[in-house]
Amino acid sequence: MSAMTTHTDPPRPREPEGSDPIVELRGVGKSFGNVRALSGIDLKVGTGEVTCILGDNGAGKSTLIKIIAGLHGSTEGEYRVDGKPVRFSSPREALDHGIATVYQDLAIVQLMPVWRNFFLGSELSTGFGPLRRLDIGRMRAICDQELQKMGIDLPSIDMPVQNLSGGQKQVLAIARAIYFGARVLILDEPTAALGVKQSGVVLKYVNAARDAGLGVVFITHNPHHAYMVGDHFVVIKLGEVEFDAPRSELSLEDLTHHMAGGAELDALEHELERGQLPTVDPLHDSTPGWT
Amino acid sequence: MSQTLAPRATSPEGNGSEKALRVGQRSLLRRFLSRPEVGSLIGAVVVFSVFFAVAEPFRQASSFSTVLYASSMIGLMAIAVALLMIGGEFDLSAGVAVITSAITAGMFSYQLSTNVWVGAAVALLVSVGIGFVNGLLLIRTRVPSFLITLSMFLMLQGINVAVTKLITGGVATQNISNMDGFDSARLVFASEFDIAGFNLRATVIWWLVFAAVATWVLMRTRVGNWIYAVGGNRESARAVGVPVHKVKVGLFMTVGFMAWFVGMHMLFKFNTVQSGEGVGNELLYIMAAVVGGCLLTGGYGTVIGAVIGAFIYGMTKQGIVYAGWDNNWVMFFVGAMLLTAVLVNSWVRTQANKR
Ligand SMILES: Nc1ncnc2c1ncn2[C@@H]1O[C@H](COP(=O)(O)OP(=O)(O)OP(=O)(O)O)[C@@H](O)[C@H]1O
Ligand SMILES: [Mg+2]
Repeated sequence: MSAMTTHTDPPRPREPEGSDPIVELRGVGKSFGNVRALSGIDLKVGTGEVTCILGDNGAGKSTLIKIIAGLHGSTEGEYRVDGKPVRFSSPREALDHGIATVYQDLAIVQLMPVWRNFFLGSELSTGFGPLRRLDIGRMRAICDQELQKMGIDLPSIDMPVQNLSGGQKQVLAIARAIYFGARVLILDEPTAALGVKQSGVVLKYVNAARDAGLGVVFITHNPHHAYMVGDHFVVIKLGEVEFDAPRSELSLEDLTHHMAGGAELDALEHELERGQLPTVDPLHDSTPGWT
Repeated sequence: MSQTLAPRATSPEGNGSEKALRVGQRSLLRRFLSRPEVGSLIGAVVVFSVFFAVAEPFRQASSFSTVLYASSMIGLMAIAVALLMIGGEFDLSAGVAVITSAITAGMFSYQLSTNVWVGAAVALLVSVGIGFVNGLLLIRTRVPSFLITLSMFLMLQGINVAVTKLITGGVATQNISNMDGFDSARLVFASEFDIAGFNLRATVIWWLVFAAVATWVLMRTRVGNWIYAVGGNRESARAVGVPVHKVKVGLFMTVGFMAWFVGMHMLFKFNTVQSGEGVGNELLYIMAAVVGGCLLTGGYGTVIGAVIGAFIYGMTKQGIVYAGWDNNWVMFFVGAMLLTAVLVNSWVRTQANKR
């Protein structure tokens, strides 16, 4: 695990280009009825590479990763894993290919205990035939250990998930994906609810996963986080790829610029520089003291 | 709790063992209170004590065997219905499905003069098939199971009476007691043994056996984990790879299987089936599950709770008879019990979750 101490790492001289992509999307699109959420998306996720996906709210980032994760079928285009076209009809198939996901809504079951959530869908069993049963001891030990590694210390892994804090829930979902993601790890805004320390831990894990040869897809609204770990940046706007560049062609300023909407930001900056602040109406006309 | 009680060298704040200790002291009582069936257990003790005090015959072993029998008649189905409710669905057709199964077996054997076991096998297919259709309609249409199984309930109720009338000309099926295989079938589904004045019935044994199996499945197998998950949050369960559709259809088929079992008991106990029966029982099954701590919204509850819920029903039903009260009070008391149980359960749950 490489140290992540400063925000000003020089661009790393890694060349992930050329390695065969694990996951590849070609011209993928998705419509929900009349709503066209995605169209013509090309994306490659290689081994040992972190692909950051950025974009405004509603741009289609979550829809994109749900297609990769097998939760949605795409309505057009081609999805390849290891060069072979696939059509996942359920997330189970994606998981069986070693593709694990932290969903934006976390995909946890509030009433179930922490350790049962951790292993949900991928439970460990022991014994044979009709006596085949959950290996509860091993699952609890692993769950406890994995959560500790992420730096959260719960009073009990038997407590229902609904009693955890928002950040603790998020760490649970991340720890689970890191544990089960054998080849591709997809993280949809994993640091949204996290404190500085836990965010740091997550970023370290993203790095560690990359160093272990996994392909990582990382969605975030935080350009600093993205630039710290990303090898490749894709900005999505209104369901289409607006911008796609490797780290070597990009500085943090460029990235922030693109994330904030590029040309639109220029216009805004220009406006603000000239001191033309937008006129903001008072919140309450009748409030005494406002003039 | 072994993991959390062990001191941790790696605890980031260095207070891991201290925290674990603080939690450890409370955990026994809290763990007990946070069991879903704790309210029903208290209720069972109260109901038992009341009837033990006021009804002299209630204290005899022979009456207790009748109480257990009445409990098992609701309790068997309550096991399957509880599993289904934990999985987030209802089955309003469960009450009349029992009769459908009994009628199918009785009519088939009688009309075609087959061994009764052949009729029973056909009925099993029909019952599990009804569950399959319920489940399939649910996952294909996404219409709430309340509406799908309400429709199934009405259709089966109509079929039961109409087909019986069409074939026999009356409201009951023909007596099958002198047909081939009847004795062995009765032995399996409706036998009774006398043990030291205590009349033990087969259904009571089956009730406890099925409850044990269902509890094992629910708490100790992957499928059990999935049942809680699909009831608690269907979308989340799907997203982590749980086969949601298979679990739901499987649960409806389990209800179908249990309806078959209870139907066979009725057929081989009484030799003939009244085609209009069963209506209203589906609500008693749900009542037993809810008294036992199952949430109407799914994802929470236990089979043991449903067993206790059915036992409370059995005690009330027979206890009122033994106390010499008017039988019409039974439903009033069952309703009052349900209300109390729901209030106590939700109160206990909020208390247990407070820290
Ligand atoms: N199940 C659905 N049915 C209909 N429309 C949907 C569905 N899911 C997403 N959409 C639409 O697709 C578009 C993209 O949504 P998506 O969730 O992918 O955005 P996002 O980029 O993840 O945004 P955010 O940053 O807010 O998470 C939105 O316009 C949304 O309304
Ligand atoms: Mg999103």
